[in-house]
Amino acid sequence: MVQSIESKKMVVTGDYSAAYGALICDVDVVAAYPITPQTFIVEDFSEFVADGLTDAEFVKVESEHSAMSACIAAQAAGARTFTATASQGLALMHEMLFVAAALHLPIVMPVVNRTLAAPIGIWCEYNDTMPERDTGWLQVYCETNQEVLDMVIQSYKIGEHRDVMLPVMPSMDAFILSHTVEPVYAPSTQEVADFLPRYQPQAILDTSNPMTIGSFAPPEYIQEIRYQSEVTMQKAREVIQQVNDDFAQTFGRDYHGLIEEYRTDDADVVLITMGTVTGTAREVVDEMRGEGKKVGLVKLRFFRPFPLQELRRVAENVEAIGVYDRAMSFGSGGPAFIETRHALYGLDIPVVNFLAGLGGRDVVKEDVRLMFEKTLKAAKEGRAEKDVVWIGTRGVKP
Amino acid sequence: MSLNVKDLPDEHLFTPGHTACPGCAAPVVVRNLMKVFGKDTIVYAPANCLLVFGGTYPYIAWKVPYLHEAFENTGACISGVKRAVKKLGKDSLVVGVAGDGGTYDIGIQALSGAAERNEDVIYVCYDNEAYMNTGIQRSGSTPFGAATTTTPVGKKIPGKTQNKKNMAEIMRAHEVPYMATMSIAYPKDFLRKAEKARDTRGFRYLHVFSPCPTGWRHDPALSIEMGRRAVESGMWTLYEAEYGRITDIYKPKRKIPVKEYIRDQGRFRHFTEEMVDKLQEYANHKWKQMYGSLPEEKPE
Repeated sequence: MVQSIESKKMVVTGDYSAAYGALICDVDVVAAYPITPQTFIVEDFSEFVADGLTDAEFVKVESEHSAMSACIAAQAAGARTFTATASQGLALMHEMLFVAAALHLPIVMPVVNRTLAAPIGIWCEYNDTMPERDTGWLQVYCETNQEVLDMVIQSYKIGEHRDVMLPVMPSMDAFILSHTVEPVYAPSTQEVADFLPRYQPQAILDTSNPMTIGSFAPPEYIQEIRYQSEVTMQKAREVIQQVNDDFAQTFGRDYHGLIEEYRTDDADVVLITMGTVTGTAREVVDEMRGEGKKVGLVKLRFFRPFPLQELRRVAENVEAIGVYDRAMSFGSGGPAFIETRHALYGLDIPVVNFLAGLGGRDVVKEDVRLMFEKTLKAAKEGRAEKDVVWIGTRGVKP
Repeated sequence: MSLNVKDLPDEHLFTPGHTACPGCAAPVVVRNLMKVFGKDTIVYAPANCLLVFGGTYPYIAWKVPYLHEAFENTGACISGVKRAVKKLGKDSLVVGVAGDGGTYDIGIQALSGAAERNEDVIYVCYDNEAYMNTGIQRSGSTPFGAATTTTPVGKKIPGKTQNKKNMAEIMRAHEVPYMATMSIAYPKDFLRKAEKARDTRGFRYLHVFSPCPTGWRHDPALSIEMGRRAVESGMWTLYEAEYGRITDIYKPKRKIPVKEYIRDQGRFRHFTEEMVDKLQEYANHKWKQMYGSLPEEKPE
């Protein structure tokens, strides 16, 4: 059990927020391996254990593949588990992510979004988490350190919900959140315990009731198992909203569920952003509104399940949509763009994709302003000049 | 004092009705290990023959909780199960049963990690000297010259060109509380070591030599005999160690030529005299390594 800790205001990194979130959620087993910029998470949790704040078992494994393997095994044995990774580490786990989801084990794993080599780099890009969108994990992208902590708590509540039982990956931008301190309000362990009851698994490895988990299965059964994953992922939509609302009522912080809208009510165009760029974009919206331009913003929080209806509802009242992506699906477009177009199928409005900030390059207000201007132009002309626009790329005209 | 075959409980925790090939050593290994380990045991199997012949959904031969995740992670999976069991206030024995491919090759990293952390688990390697489940491809355990589907006997290259990796010594070098090499041809020794592993805390490594009639191309009736000849020829040694120090070595009463071991196995059928000599040299080297010196040649 975690020691009783009072609620407090802290000034901490995104990594600390993630580790502290796991602590106050009273996780049973942690298996993790260090990788920049996730290292603080394992270091901070190691300190919690060393200081006796929790008696959680911490398996200091020899790789991320083993971290996920051990979490799956521990969760299958009935424990609430936690791990964290980034970039190359997530890629090494790839195989096991499918196992965690298909076995319906609600592991929570914060991921610090970092560019996946080559070239090797340590700064922010979403080309690590985006390839994992088909593994069956819920994915949510955070904007602040407070949101990181809050989403660790919510992730357990959502993932462990009887109708969902899926693993959750709350992610944060490398360095911009992971290594930057912000004020974060942490609820007390008692408040968290009241909000998040003990993990109640239905099927576990227990010698008093032996069962097989992860059996070899023939084609007669696998398709139904895939369908079950889809059913639970669809159910997660409601659960996410429900948990968001419960959380808002309990702790006073409302993230609005799958997406969060900003000044979209009477907007002519909206830009869809993820992660920390959202904060920059909010300021740009205010500035452009001051200039009489009717622009709005959608913060795309959950990528899985993807907010199909929510985005469609927004799009029905605007003339064009811009979609910001921090990863590229080569030969097609940014993943958020591809998915947004899928959500908007049949609506006759231009959708423009903006690629920026890859490899951790700063995305500044001028970049976001350019995205809005290009979207406004597309609205005016009824079509986008280019589907995919690369912003701030040397030698490339946006 | 130590367990005898007749002392084992009748109840199977790995039941008949599995689909292993006739003469396969692996079910003999797990059935008997489970009789020693008992009901309060949780088993992990990575990708291997055992995963497949142990049951295809909705059938299962295991009467104890059983988990599979992937191929290369047995060390990590048994660590995870044991830590959870401990945290939840229970003390079930946690056992992983991997093949040689899952131990010598793809699984060595997770195995080494779990051994170094001294996880309180038993890791069993049943060693049939190739990737049998996928159709007899060479592994780090395949002996010199053996024909497999990836070391075929071609016009230019006759089988595997490298020697078998000494995995047991790699594990002894981890200085774990207990490690032992075993064979189904020596049941009393097998049971004693299984019992010792069960009653030791911390990381235990059991490495069982497991003849495979399908992959080795020998008569299924000769599996036990192959296990015996392997030990008598020096191709396999039965020993055990605690914290890296060897505590017991079984020395066979006679040393047979390697020729006698490979004679009835199709995987060695193409052997030239030169290849026999090379394998004999390997066996002699192993013999000297384990027993100090070769037995004196008796005059004809």
